[in-house]
Amino acid sequence: MSKSILFNLIQVLVVMVFAPLASGVLSRIKEIVQSKRGPSIFQPYRDLWKLFHKDEIVSEDSSWIFRFTPYIVFVTPIFVATLIPVLTSYPLFFAFMGDMIGGGFVLALGGFFATLAAVDTANPYGPIGASRTRMVGFLAEPVFMIVFFTVSFVAGSTIPYIVQEKWVTPLANFFTPSHVLLMLSFLMLILAEGGRIPVDNPTGHFELAMIDESKSLEYSGRGFALMKWGGQMKFFVLMCIFLNVLVTPWGLAGAHTLGAVILAIPFVLFKIFCFLLVLVVIESSLSKLRLFRITEFLGAAFIISVAAMIAQIFLP
Amino acid sequence: MSDTTNQLLDNLNALATGLFLLTAFGIVAMRQVRGCLNLFIIQSLLLAASAALLGLRHGSEHLYGVALVNLISKPIIVPWLLRRTVSAEIYTRREIDQVLNIPTALLIALALTILSYFLAQPLLGAVAPEFRGPNVPIGIAGLLLGAFTLTVRREALPLLIGLLVMENGAFLTGISISRNLPLLVELAIATDGLIIVFISGVLIRAVQKHIGTTAVGELASLKERDAEPATTETIK
Repeated sequence: MSKSILFNLIQVLVVMVFAPLASGVLSRIKEIVQSKRGPSIFQPYRDLWKLFHKDEIVSEDSSWIFRFTPYIVFVTPIFVATLIPVLTSYPLFFAFMGDMIGGGFVLALGGFFATLAAVDTANPYGPIGASRTRMVGFLAEPVFMIVFFTVSFVAGSTIPYIVQEKWVTPLANFFTPSHVLLMLSFLMLILAEGGRIPVDNPTGHFELAMIDESKSLEYSGRGFALMKWGGQMKFFVLMCIFLNVLVTPWGLAGAHTLGAVILAIPFVLFKIFCFLLVLVVIESSLSKLRLFRITEFLGAAFIISVAAMIAQIFLP
Repeated sequence: MSDTTNQLLDNLNALATGLFLLTAFGIVAMRQVRGCLNLFIIQSLLLAASAALLGLRHGSEHLYGVALVNLISKPIIVPWLLRRTVSAEIYTRREIDQVLNIPTALLIALALTILSYFLAQPLLGAVAPEFRGPNVPIGIAGLLLGAFTLTVRREALPLLIGLLVMENGAFLTGISISRNLPLLVELAIATDGLIIVFISGVLIRAVQKHIGTTAVGELASLKERDAEPATTETIK
């Protein structure tokens, strides 16, 4: 059991340490694709380091929600990281506490508090971004639900460790239409939830066009660092769910030894690097949608997820 | 053939039909004429892939013939015919409108797909067990979605594509319930489809030449402007 706790700690550490790296790599590749040099891939670490050493300013008119939110945003992805397979293909110590739906709700909790905090300070841009995030959120919610229902319908479970086995045993299962359609609609969800390009421009600095960024406008110093790091970890965790549970359940540690778990780290990072390349292609070839087109984008994701379920019913 | 290979072929065929369904949804929702046409081409390729996979699965060379006929006629000749008959102006035109907004149209399309499942049940009961693939319900869904495209679109070219989607759906059902479709019938159907495209293309061109637009949904309101029969002459 102590070993299990150790592995869990390693999992959490991997998420904490490599989440900024993933976002740094993503922005660097994107700049290279756009014929620019771009910042170093370690720039997010430097940003976090700098922010942790700056003074924090908190508005006198804000309530406890504003002060608590960075911690909640920071902690929720860590909680989820203990529930899902980041490095191992067998459940670890805390995995009994929640399935994929539970993980989704824990992630949504962070988003909920970030929205409240954005409204809390009465900065005019905060509520705009908050209400937009809610709009994207409530459109994404039914898709999440249908995706999880389809997963449980196909695999007979929503516990990620059982689900990931299902897609590749036998290998022919990988090509079932429900699996491919599920991957597609979950990819669209990641783009929407992570604030990536067809839905939101993460590098945009124009407040009126922001969706995700404007929620942390009022934060400074340590609070901002935690919000930023939390956001990067949330994206990393979503990628882990997508890659390790739905797309490529290979390369995870199967044995209960420390060596196997350590060896799984480069495999997982390689998978995430490949996914980032795909993401760069998507982000560089599409433009940001108009706000009211987001309905259609997520509507399409909803249709695809329902089609995944229907395709499963259609199989004899 | 071994069991695992058969299972893989079945799954790949199911995947092709699943993506076929997705392209049918895309054609209902697409805003651009060009996008509609591209989706139709992808759909025809998927249909050919499904036919080839079923041919491989059941060892039937007739289905290879079907795949070949589909591969040549729809993704290659249909766009070429349209390019020849319908002017480039229609090709480059960006946005097209619908009677319904897109999420509503998609939800109705979804309901139609579920309906097709129930429509397929009695058919599936009548055929031999090895033909009970996903082709029959998804083919019927393609048929219904093509008909739905015909009702919600107001632009001439997507209407034509809706018609062709109906044909694709019928094909997808056909290749799964009969192993030995005579090639002559296949060729006849394929030629038929091309003639439909050709005639519709000429018709679209005539409509565009006379009233300056291909938004055929407007024609109804054009008739109402004055009660005299003269307006029908302008359309002709």
